[in-house]
Amino acid sequence: MAEGIKDKVAIIGMGCTKFGELWDKSAEDLMVDAFKECMEDAGIEKKDIGAAWFGVHFEEQSVGKGATPLSLTLKLPFIPVTRTENFCATGTEAFRGACYGVASGAYDIALALGVEKLKDTGYGGLPGGPSLMGTKNALIMPKLTAPGAFAMLATRYFSVYGLNPEEGKSMLAKVSVKSHYNGARNPKAHLRREVTEEQIIKAPIIAWPLGLFDCCGVSDGSAAAIVTRADMAKKFRPDPIHVKALQIALSSGEELMYTKWDGAHVETTSRGAKSAYEEAGVKNPREEISMAEVHDCFSITEAVTMEDLQFSPRGKVKEDIEAGRFNLDGPQPVQPDGGLKCFGHPIGASGLRMLYEMYKQLQGKVQLPERQIKNPKLGLTHNLGGFPPMNIVSIAIIGL
Amino acid sequence: MVGIKSYGAYIPRYRMNHNTLFMAVAFLGSFPAPGENAIANHDEDTLTMAVAAGIDCLSGVKREMVDGLYLATTSQPYMVRQNSALMATALDLKADIRTADFIGSTKSGTTALLSALDSAKGDTSSNVLVCASDCRLSKPGSPQESLYGDGAASLLVGNEDLIATLEGAHSVSYDFPDRWRASGEKFEHAWEDRFIRDSGYGQFIAEVISGLLKKCSLSIKDFARIVYPGLYAREHGAIAKRLGADPSQLQDTLLSSVGDTGSASPLMMFVAALEDAKPGDRILVASFGDGGDAMSFQVTDKIKGLADRRAVKKHMASKKDLASYEKYLAFRNLAPMDLGMRGEISIKTPMSALFRERKVILSLCGSKCQKCGTPQYPYQRVCVNPDCGAIDQMEEYRFSDKNGVLFTYTGDNLAASIDPPSVYGVVDFDGGGRFWFDLTDCDLDSVKVGMPVEMTFRKRYVDESSGVHGYSWKAAPVRA
Repeated sequence: MAEGIKDKVAIIGMGCTKFGELWDKSAEDLMVDAFKECMEDAGIEKKDIGAAWFGVHFEEQSVGKGATPLSLTLKLPFIPVTRTENFCATGTEAFRGACYGVASGAYDIALALGVEKLKDTGYGGLPGGPSLMGTKNALIMPKLTAPGAFAMLATRYFSVYGLNPEEGKSMLAKVSVKSHYNGARNPKAHLRREVTEEQIIKAPIIAWPLGLFDCCGVSDGSAAAIVTRADMAKKFRPDPIHVKALQIALSSGEELMYTKWDGAHVETTSRGAKSAYEEAGVKNPREEISMAEVHDCFSITEAVTMEDLQFSPRGKVKEDIEAGRFNLDGPQPVQPDGGLKCFGHPIGASGLRMLYEMYKQLQGKVQLPERQIKNPKLGLTHNLGGFPPMNIVSIAIIGL
Repeated sequence: MVGIKSYGAYIPRYRMNHNTLFMAVAFLGSFPAPGENAIANHDEDTLTMAVAAGIDCLSGVKREMVDGLYLATTSQPYMVRQNSALMATALDLKADIRTADFIGSTKSGTTALLSALDSAKGDTSSNVLVCASDCRLSKPGSPQESLYGDGAASLLVGNEDLIATLEGAHSVSYDFPDRWRASGEKFEHAWEDRFIRDSGYGQFIAEVISGLLKKCSLSIKDFARIVYPGLYAREHGAIAKRLGADPSQLQDTLLSSVGDTGSASPLMMFVAALEDAKPGDRILVASFGDGGDAMSFQVTDKIKGLADRRAVKKHMASKKDLASYEKYLAFRNLAPMDLGMRGEISIKTPMSALFRERKVILSLCGSKCQKCGTPQYPYQRVCVNPDCGAIDQMEEYRFSDKNGVLFTYTGDNLAASIDPPSVYGVVDFDGGGRFWFDLTDCDLDSVKVGMPVEMTFRKRYVDESSGVHGYSWKAAPVRA
């Protein structure tokens, strides 16, 4: 059994832009904004950075291929920069690269920066379709959209656990009510309006059974982190945040092409979570994980993720949602910053945005005190890139 | 002895009532006769219907036996790229067969059949699949619009195990300019109806049938069923009267229930006649178009042993009203609809990849692990069963003839579609294998988890910039 990453790496600075439909900001503007905040927070200079990892998913919509967009924009002085791309796990992949870079001793300080400029496409939702999945898939797969792919998870969940559409939609609506409540209290969030369960249920259907408010925001934004070796961290700040686990799990094909998967959970999340808890030494996630930012691209994704992360027993998340377990004032707050749902979802930046919220919460430095969670110990972030039967999941656990 | 070994047909699910048409085009002075037409869905065309009819015909027949495929049509999607060769791939027929397209005339269905019979007689092919299909585009408001329906028929021709034997054939050919469409044109032109009826339809059918009777030394009264297309209802009866036939001998023309299906019309009527035929019955089949062909068949005992199929009857009964003329126009791209900017993203077909992956894309073939027996789509080299994982121990496995159940689904309003919502889902195949597919011929409200589905060959897109008609397989609720 490998040693793992636990307590080998610390985050000493983070930055995150406001997310939203930022018509007057380019991807480059967003990168500079996130980098500036991050560097000020870390209190270091550009020459201190040994290497950088740069995450962007839809590079063709914004910055172009390769890693030079980061080096050119930030004027990085001929240091190594690596481009990462792994669907919605892209930002966390950049962070993972930077962590491994310093943990190996190859570099003392590394930068991870994720960015996405989605609002230059001219239409709502994510760009794409089957062509994102390669030549052969483009010719045999349905013309899937993200809402459609996750709607099939909802259809299946309702069917497996015997929820009629009304019961199912009411459960999902409560997920979004909570995230809107949190997002409304976050100045950097994309969507900042509280909504009621009734509004959510009555909203237009995007992909049955998911309605408008079951879907997250499609946003522009950027987020960044500076990491260093744990033994060096206190030199930079008194409250560095330590990496406890960094895991990634990818579909093997058995979900989509073999008939064992029940379609009502996400196998990668469930496997990645097990590995992450083992790496971090977490025995009882429901009790030990203080808070989480999970990949709520759709309300159903968050609901199912609660079960896959073992926050809720299988098939029982409805009870926890109804009891307010994941609310800001509940025993295990989830999406305290509004989540993808309201903070927004610039693909390449999302993983780092989640870490930003956990980092600030752990330091007790949340922008508006009404969102501050009391004495959190461990924060978990989770990204799910791709579609429920064919995806990439990243899980990070950080703590004091 | 040569003749028919099996039959099949296809009629699309949608029907448009002539009243719907009338309400839309009455201002032009068009007054269609009562009835309805079969309307191909937006993802159907001549080729997809021909494939469906072929599948119906091959019920209970081993595909490996088929050694020829003839397509007859006047509305083939490709002018260059053999439509029958594409069909043969969709039907997963072997490569060492003869394929040919019979085009340009509504008699092409019977001509293809005659050619197949000749091949069987000459022992060059012993199992030729003949598919006749038409999905003709007509100008909105034109008389053809209410006349033309979409449909296909298929016959397997051979020299043993015959359900009907050929007794004789006769053909006449005239350059009869009743309808024409030059290369590059979208719609047909037509001369005056009275000219077509009096100088062509009323003459040639009688002429070709009389010629056949003389050749075979048969009387019109010898036939249990007489098949010829019914372009003009009254004249259809008048021809029979002139030939000395009793109206009860006439096979229903399908004109008011399906419409005039062009090349497919006489063969669809022939299939309908075979569905009701008794051993010993004689059936006369004649076509109309630039002259016509006529054939005499005698039904054998073997007709009783045919496997179950949908043919004309079951397809006729399984239908849904297309209540909007505008939707029909959208289906045919006769009124280009805005699909939003998302709809402007077109799929480019890399032809080299299409050819390399033809078994996966067009034949719906995957693989079956010889070690653990797991079927998987698309073809995998590494077994997907987590407890197996064998490498390169696969055999080819066809999914197009497997039914399945719907594992999950959605109705997507965001995906660009001419017929939103775009319904798709994940299918668990009977016998193993799972993949996701578009769903077609269904309404979201009636789709349920666990619902039985079947696979159907459909048009996936038309990329006008590169002239590519793209095809693949979709799932559909098992048709009644």
